[in-house]
Amino acid sequence: MPCAPTAPSSTPISGSPMIELLRGVLVAPFADMAGNLTFLTEVLFGGVAAGLMYSLVALGFVLIFKASGVFNFAQGVMVLFSALTLVGLMEKGVPVPLALGLTFLTMVALAFAIERIVLRPLVNQPQIILFMATIGLNFFLEGFGEMAWGANVKKLDIGIPDTSFIVRGVQVNRLELTAALTAAVLVGILAVFFQRTKIGRALRAVADDHEAALSIGIPLKTIWVVVWSVAGLVALVAGIMWGAKSGVQFSLSLIALKSLPVLILGGFTSVPGAIAGGLIIGVGEKLGEVYWGPLVGGAIENWFAYVLALAFLLVRPQGLFGERIIERV
Amino acid sequence: MIYRETGQFKSSYASDQAIFPIVQDRVLVLLGIAAAFVVPPLLANEYWLQAVLIPLLIYALAAIGLNLLTGYAGQVSLGTGGFMAVGAYSAFKFATSFPQLDIILVFLLSGLMAAAVGLVFGVPSLRIKGFYLAVATLAAQFFLVWLFNKVPWFVNYAASGTITAPPRSLLGVMVTGPEASAGARYVVALGLVAVFALVAKNLVRGRVGRSWMAIRDRDIAAEIIGVRPLRTKLLAFGISSFYCGVAGAEFVFLYLGSAETLAFDINLSFLVLFMVIIGGLGSVLGSFLGAGFIVLVPIFLTNVPHLIGLSLPVALQKQMELMVFGALIIFFLIVEPNGLARLWQITKEKLRLWPFPH
Amino acid sequence: MPRARTALIGLLALAVMLGPLASVVPAQQAQGIFVPLLVYRTGPFAPSGIPIANGFVDYFTLVNERDGGINGVKLVWEECETQYDTKQGVECYERLKARNPVLVNPYSTGITYQLIPKAAVDKVVVFSMGYGMTAAADGRWFPWVFSFPTTYWSQASAVIRYIGQQEGGLDKLKGKKIAHIYHNSPYGREANPTLEDLAKKYAFELTLLAVDSPGQEQKATWLQVRRLNPDWIFMSGWGVMNQVAVKEAASVGFRMDHLIGNWWSASDADVVPAGDGAKAYKGATFHAPGTNFKVFQDIVKHVYDKGKGAGKKEDMGAPLYNRGVANAMFSVEAIRTAMGKYGNKVLTGEQVRWGFENFNLTEQRLDQLGMKGFTRPIKVSCEDHEGNGPVLIQQWNGQKWQVVSEWVQPMRDVVRPKIEAAAIEEGKKLDYTQRDCQKEMSSGPAPAQKKR
Repeated sequence: MPCAPTAPSSTPISGSPMIELLRGVLVAPFADMAGNLTFLTEVLFGGVAAGLMYSLVALGFVLIFKASGVFNFAQGVMVLFSALTLVGLMEKGVPVPLALGLTFLTMVALAFAIERIVLRPLVNQPQIILFMATIGLNFFLEGFGEMAWGANVKKLDIGIPDTSFIVRGVQVNRLELTAALTAAVLVGILAVFFQRTKIGRALRAVADDHEAALSIGIPLKTIWVVVWSVAGLVALVAGIMWGAKSGVQFSLSLIALKSLPVLILGGFTSVPGAIAGGLIIGVGEKLGEVYWGPLVGGAIENWFAYVLALAFLLVRPQGLFGERIIERV
Repeated sequence: MIYRETGQFKSSYASDQAIFPIVQDRVLVLLGIAAAFVVPPLLANEYWLQAVLIPLLIYALAAIGLNLLTGYAGQVSLGTGGFMAVGAYSAFKFATSFPQLDIILVFLLSGLMAAAVGLVFGVPSLRIKGFYLAVATLAAQFFLVWLFNKVPWFVNYAASGTITAPPRSLLGVMVTGPEASAGARYVVALGLVAVFALVAKNLVRGRVGRSWMAIRDRDIAAEIIGVRPLRTKLLAFGISSFYCGVAGAEFVFLYLGSAETLAFDINLSFLVLFMVIIGGLGSVLGSFLGAGFIVLVPIFLTNVPHLIGLSLPVALQKQMELMVFGALIIFFLIVEPNGLARLWQITKEKLRLWPFPH
Repeated sequence: MPRARTALIGLLALAVMLGPLASVVPAQQAQGIFVPLLVYRTGPFAPSGIPIANGFVDYFTLVNERDGGINGVKLVWEECETQYDTKQGVECYERLKARNPVLVNPYSTGITYQLIPKAAVDKVVVFSMGYGMTAAADGRWFPWVFSFPTTYWSQASAVIRYIGQQEGGLDKLKGKKIAHIYHNSPYGREANPTLEDLAKKYAFELTLLAVDSPGQEQKATWLQVRRLNPDWIFMSGWGVMNQVAVKEAASVGFRMDHLIGNWWSASDADVVPAGDGAKAYKGATFHAPGTNFKVFQDIVKHVYDKGKGAGKKEDMGAPLYNRGVANAMFSVEAIRTAMGKYGNKVLTGEQVRWGFENFNLTEQRLDQLGMKGFTRPIKVSCEDHEGNGPVLIQQWNGQKWQVVSEWVQPMRDVVRPKIEAAAIEEGKKLDYTQRDCQKEMSSGPAPAQKKR
């Protein structure tokens, strides 16, 4: 293994358990961090990469919530479904660019179907009913994806080797770097899309007020199809990045759970919030697990992310970048 | 003509405020409950009792708990699995540490423990609302599951890391443990859920329920007219967690027999939430109907191919089951977004008028 | 839409009335010894569950096709999908119980724990081969549960012995750093107490690293590995955790030949995503991988060539496929042992239990089955439901799994006392009493579970 930073040495100091505990929580981790800056950089970079991968998934949620007010429970399954379709097509011998195009078309077709079958009949229903409808969609896509493409784990090779190189003593992983850059580029494109294009403006109008947008002639149905297609595209990108890491299989749909803290921290309606939230959660999670985790036996990532997001929420109840909820009596 | 309501006049406030004001209703419900106590233990086979009816009753209890919190008080919570885990593990600790305690008392105590934990995790609800709160309650879910996984004291330092319901008897009949018959366990579960459903129904009809509904509908206006949000919301979390805790204890003691933390993971929280939404938010009957839907439909879908003589490979069958289940949920929501309870309400209204159209 | 609503109400009413009738319809009863197969061909663990199920079904089909059944009595089985979910497992078991099963293979820790208390009451053998409740290896407390040829604790000790062999002797382990990366669940933690005891005994530095379920994201764990720089890593993973772990190990540049997965972490599905990076990854097992045994030729001839194969012919030989074959073979031979005493007919659960408890698979018998060298001879007794079987280390060479070690004996002197202590604890929880094996041997089998 290339030269690795050394493990921290523990010097036992006798004292009361309380002082030991306080020392362990408040002092030792920071001393540990300071003592090995290269390793700290690696942890930070790992956190940034992981966080951006979470943001990729969170972006899909944000897009749909922003434009149609629906919390899309099926986003995780859409990540899985799009990755399955892509890999399924590639396994059948379809060349990669064509497979990508076909998968995108499939996601657009799916968006059409969802708008027609699920959204249109349920327009104006309360949020929780629409949420439940996406749960039904989740089950349906789960069964359908598995039926169409099989339940085996599939290798997804996008041509980026999962090897690392060393930059000034810090180990950097090529695949993670690619994923981080892709996420950043995607967010940039989406930001430009929302701010500069006509459709983007229409989307923002719909997100603001459905009825007002309707009254000025914005076609709600088209907007919804566009939004769900873009969310499908984002899901595809997320599926590719995560699938390259673990192979395309059922547990890809569980990533949505890991990106929920990102959502609540960044705010449900903000694209830059998804990125900022992702970075904070990713870095926080990794720092917590590596430096504080061993104190309590490890594997604290799952709830640590949520507790972190919760702490931020207590200060800003609508997320860092979310729309301020103006309550009326 | 089915409901001959002529001549049924109320002459006291109590009779006017009864849960079932129509005499036919009252008779039917009492007969139904009596039948539920008597018929299944005698007639149903073990499969129906063990795999269908007992989980249905337990899920119904958890769904009532979540309905109180989400349907009546408007606080969306995804921590149900965690609170059920608290109930289950505290019931295990109580039962093993105090073997002489009556099993019903153990269930109640574990419910109280879950209520205490629910109060703690309900504090953020004062500041956070809506879907944000739902995701915040996931912190409770993941933390509690992690805690029970990590701290071996909860499983009495067992190498296996699982909790097993110790054999206990009630009135001379074994109700937990491998020797307990499915019929006995069913009767206990039914008794508990009937009592708690009655309590819940009375809670929501009274001052507490009204304050919850006020907070749900317009919480700032409610605060202005004197409903204290802190107490109301915490009370909702506490009582809801009590119900979920008892349901969790029953889950291990009366249904599974032994469990590891995987049984209480996020999927359970989602499952109970589905039951509440499908059954109807804000309705005690809806909790039962939703639990029935979620338990029965997959079993129905699994058994239908056998019935019609079609033999599909198991994987395909399970996948089609998922697809049909998802499609059914969407179909139900489109036809009746307010849930199965509303369907029942409409049916009843029609039955009351039949054969007249209005 | 009132009409749709009325239609829906009608549909629901119909379903409610017809529902109870569903249980009245009798299931088709074929003649033969019935074995329910709890499988997971869908859901999160399908990549592992599919080959196991295929191995089972193929071997059972082989027995029926080639031999006409077990000593002439046909084997009847039915698959039931559990998705590795405990509740669905309970539902499957209860539904299939009506057909008088003689044994059940739960293939899930959660479902196994469910079924263990029921086994004695329902008189069904629980055969949790190499998984489940390790404490049940003490047959004096759990007469209806069998886990031969080996258990998790024995596996951990055998892996340490293998590492010792690789280092030039168990005494050379002193000061070495061994990490155990495990799935944060009771299954993953199984090996920990044994490893801790062995760490004290052989003075190696043990680091325990838990990975949260499902293990899709393991960056933090592998950063810690990078910092720790262990000499060897033992992994108790399951599902996606395996695939991600192998990939992460390759990407941080850890020596793959010093990464040993347990027998649920080293199959074809686990090395697929990592591609070339997974080369040299090792795994523990208790049966050989590959199709280089006569029995597989028989399966091709009698099963696949007749079009009755459960999966694809090319998938034969994968470690988990062979796991299914091994499990099926043990089951069949145990039933045959029981037939030796009770006659060639459809047996009861109690009789099959006797067969399991007096199971004695010899080298000759393995040869007759066409499995010479596939697994080792094993003998089960009243006290020992584990059989103390040896462990094999296999390695992925980029194309397939190859055996790279001799049969490694577990450290019975360390493991057995722990099993006995754990059995007392678990048995007391269920209010069991310890059987007296000597008395039973002289007075004849009395496997009824005595309660206090």
